[in-house]
Amino acid sequence: MPASSSNLSPPRFLDAGESAIVVEFGRVVDAALHDRVLALDAAVTAAKIDGVTETVPTYRSLMVYYDSTCINRDEVIARLEKLLAGAASVRVQPKQRTIPVCFSAPHAQDLAEVAQRLQLSEERILEIFTSAKYRVYMFGFLPGFAYLGRLPKALEIPRRTTPRSPTPMGAVQIAAEQVVITGVAMTTGWYMIGQTPLRVIDLARESPFIFDVGDEVGFEPIDNAMFERLT
Amino acid sequence: MSLRIVRAGPGETIQDAGRFGYLRYGIVSSGPMDWIAFRLANRALANPADAAAIEISRAGIEVVCEDAPLLVAFAGGGFVWEHEDARLPAAAVIMLQPGRRLRARAGAWGTWTYLAVAGGLDVPLVLGSRSTYARFAIGGLEGRALRADDVLRTRDHASDNVTEGTLRMPLLERSNAPVRVVLGPQDDYFTSAARTTFFSESYAISGRFDRMGYWLEGPALAHEAGFDIVSDGIPLGAIQVPGSGQPVILMADHQATGGYPKLGTLTRADVGRFAQHRPGERVRFAACTVDAAHRALREIYAALDETSLSASDEILGSSNLIGGVVDGT
Repeated sequence: MPASSSNLSPPRFLDAGESAIVVEFGRVVDAALHDRVLALDAAVTAAKIDGVTETVPTYRSLMVYYDSTCINRDEVIARLEKLLAGAASVRVQPKQRTIPVCFSAPHAQDLAEVAQRLQLSEERILEIFTSAKYRVYMFGFLPGFAYLGRLPKALEIPRRTTPRSPTPMGAVQIAAEQVVITGVAMTTGWYMIGQTPLRVIDLARESPFIFDVGDEVGFEPIDNAMFERLT
Repeated sequence: MSLRIVRAGPGETIQDAGRFGYLRYGIVSSGPMDWIAFRLANRALANPADAAAIEISRAGIEVVCEDAPLLVAFAGGGFVWEHEDARLPAAAVIMLQPGRRLRARAGAWGTWTYLAVAGGLDVPLVLGSRSTYARFAIGGLEGRALRADDVLRTRDHASDNVTEGTLRMPLLERSNAPVRVVLGPQDDYFTSAARTTFFSESYAISGRFDRMGYWLEGPALAHEAGFDIVSDGIPLGAIQVPGSGQPVILMADHQATGGYPKLGTLTRADVGRFAQHRPGERVRFAACTVDAAHRALREIYAALDETSLSASDEILGSSNLIGGVVDGT
């Protein structure tokens, strides 16, 4: 996915059926563009518009669900336009999160392979990886499947052409410019370099989700003993 | 009051109106595949619109009433329903007596039908909903499909003016009318020939279909601007077209976001009717404006209200189903 400089052209309003409008800020992965998604998301949530039922922030757009028996499409767009005018100046302060990750065997299933492909030592990879901060861009694909970015350039590695064997829940994986954390066990085309003992979604927890879209995440290395303790 | 499952195929789940508010965490709304049939079954019992019911696939189900008489309603595709040995209409309200069995199996047409119970099924709310999302093992009964010997309890029911009878519901009649589609949000990723083809040709439902999506087979739809997009949100009924050019219609358990262009979205008015198609059956699509889609939805809500009234009238004058008399429908 190509990155680009921020594009401040007005967003497009696209219909996703008769119950949702996609406010599209662009068609690329870009932090400045995502800032605008977050600002509008925060503004819509705060505005509590009657008939607006749910919003879904993604890399490049905000999907706004509405109930057409309460509010019509043109009203939704008019309200969004008004909020956009105000939201342009809003800088949403990201929450800081630290996620414990074990980068030792058996949790770092693909670390040696990544080291070999990138011609870097495993120590160097972890040093680069853990010294960066990552933004939660979006969830999707499956419950709790979180897309974070961006990965330091030195660690960029193309996605696998054929998927690897299933990774467990909590797998911390990299490919291209992204980091993903999985909420369920699944086959992927990514490289698993570590695993968090925390569940991305744990319905028994007071706050079921370990982070929200827009949060800034750092990874803290833990050893196997700590992994067991936190599991 | 409770129902016990005697036998259930692999695809029978508890669904309520859906789990809303968690798409941002990748958790889809789930809910019924045919929301109109689901709502009609609940309405017939004067249940809340979102009361949990059993969604039944073509694999069918058999239930037995456990302890006390239980009022139930069923509605959906053209399934065969039997009460002990008596054949029932495809949509009806009946009082099920303790020890009596009720069976559903695939009939002349349709893929889904709903069995609602007075008061709704009593399973725990998970993130505000009782809908089963089996992929994530949440909702319904232990997050899974129903199986033999499951016992389902019902919630209290306030209404006492519901009686037995056949439900005649024009909304549930089989229809070959084109399924209406609102274009977008990525219709501009397709060639104009692809857009024309989609609305002029018919597409067959392939063997690959489930609560997540229906994979279609028909003339391939060519992308003009590539088939890889930066992920964005996916609504129920999205027509997603991967590199193969064969459309996939995303249904109740669809993923919340995705990276293939979406040509359009089925209207809420028609998404349930579309879901009732079986593999091999062909479907045509028609483009529709957002305004027309809203009008169609309002008509359905109005029809739902009317159906409730006319159903009640019929119920009062209906034959005695428990006596084994089969209604003429």
